[in-house]
Amino acid sequence: MSNKSTQLAAVIAEFQDQLLEGWLAGLESRLHRDKSKTIDLRGQAAQFLPLLAETLQQTTSTNIEDAGWVDVRQLLAEISQARVRQGFTPIETANFVFALKEPIFEYLRKALVDNPLQASEEIATASTLFDNLGLYTIDVYQKAREQIILRQQQELLELSTPVVQLWQNVLALPLIGTLDSSRTQVVMESLLQKIVETGALIAIIDITGVPTVDTLVAQHLLKTIAAARLMGADCIISGIRPQIAQTIVHLGVNLEDVVTKATLADAFVVALQRAGSSIQLTAGR
Amino acid sequence: MGNESFSARITSGDNSILPLKTDEDVVRLRKQVRDDLVALGFSLIEQTKMVTAASELARNTLRYGGGGEAHVSRRHDNDRTGVELRFIDNGPGIANLELAMTDGYTSGGGLGLGLSGAKRLADEFQIDTEPGKGTTVRIAKWKML
Repeated sequence: MSNKSTQLAAVIAEFQDQLLEGWLAGLESRLHRDKSKTIDLRGQAAQFLPLLAETLQQTTSTNIEDAGWVDVRQLLAEISQARVRQGFTPIETANFVFALKEPIFEYLRKALVDNPLQASEEIATASTLFDNLGLYTIDVYQKAREQIILRQQQELLELSTPVVQLWQNVLALPLIGTLDSSRTQVVMESLLQKIVETGALIAIIDITGVPTVDTLVAQHLLKTIAAARLMGADCIISGIRPQIAQTIVHLGVNLEDVVTKATLADAFVVALQRAGSSIQLTAGR
Repeated sequence: MGNESFSARITSGDNSILPLKTDEDVVRLRKQVRDDLVALGFSLIEQTKMVTAASELARNTLRYGGGGEAHVSRRHDNDRTGVELRFIDNGPGIANLELAMTDGYTSGGGLGLGLSGAKRLADEFQIDTEPGKGTTVRIAKWKML
């Protein structure tokens, strides 16, 4: 076993420059999509190859989960993560390692030309090693993507639920985007929380930015309004566009008990009246 | 960038099949339906009606049918063009269809307006269901050329 890996290590150490050129040629033919990425490739490949040779010389293990492979894994992880940011596909990412197979096999065959049996064994071992390294890059790629998606989901959840105070005793909740269960829960809680904090009498829920109001959304709105009312605050729904109004009527959702307005400005005027305030236009402006 | 090829959407000609397994699938379906309606030149009101109907039925498939799939297809006749949607699940089926179509009746804590509302929002509405054999709902929206 140790004999085999040192042979692979020896080949990589001896023919490093030739392997690098063969590898890059293979990579470039697979990455015909975008030539601008090849400069980066050379740097990464030139970094990876000596590290691989060094690792193979120091450790007898070809199991990349072992401690001896930690540097190689780390470098591959960095490369994969950079590729996620650059918009590479998983296949392109994995090809970074897979493209090294062909030149390595070629030089292994040449080095062991007198011993075909050992050559085929060496190639099989090397093949498994590169498969595992390639799969590792995909694994990291996938995890990095999931991280991005998760972060964006959380950001959306946070971003889309600001409760703002418009006036004394008047709150506004501008809703934007899709109102599905988990988000609506956050929205409802933050509104009720703010009502407690400010002692507001009126809350305006603006749905200008909600593209689809179906029965589930309507139900969530009605529940929020009922809960707010229990806490002593009345709600006004604003931002009901013509197409939404028609759709609500066809659906048969009953919003008759709710004060609704076409625009946030209209709702604000109503809210001010109820809160005992008014805004006057000053003459001369 | 290249994400289209990784989405779970199967496209053949003017038809696409979208899975309905999660809330996100419902959002994806709404977007797909809206894109098709926009491409065919439907008015904003007609778009909103059909997308809302699709949202109701997709959620029914998810909630009551235990998930399934939606088939979105563009249809062309001699003098009109349209979008047809089919929602297919292998769930428990609907035992009493007349009751299920009644405004305000719900077995799941909703408003009880999804099925009947979707019927009013679409131009065509057809439902095939049998207890134990699942449910298929077909709706269509047409536009004169």
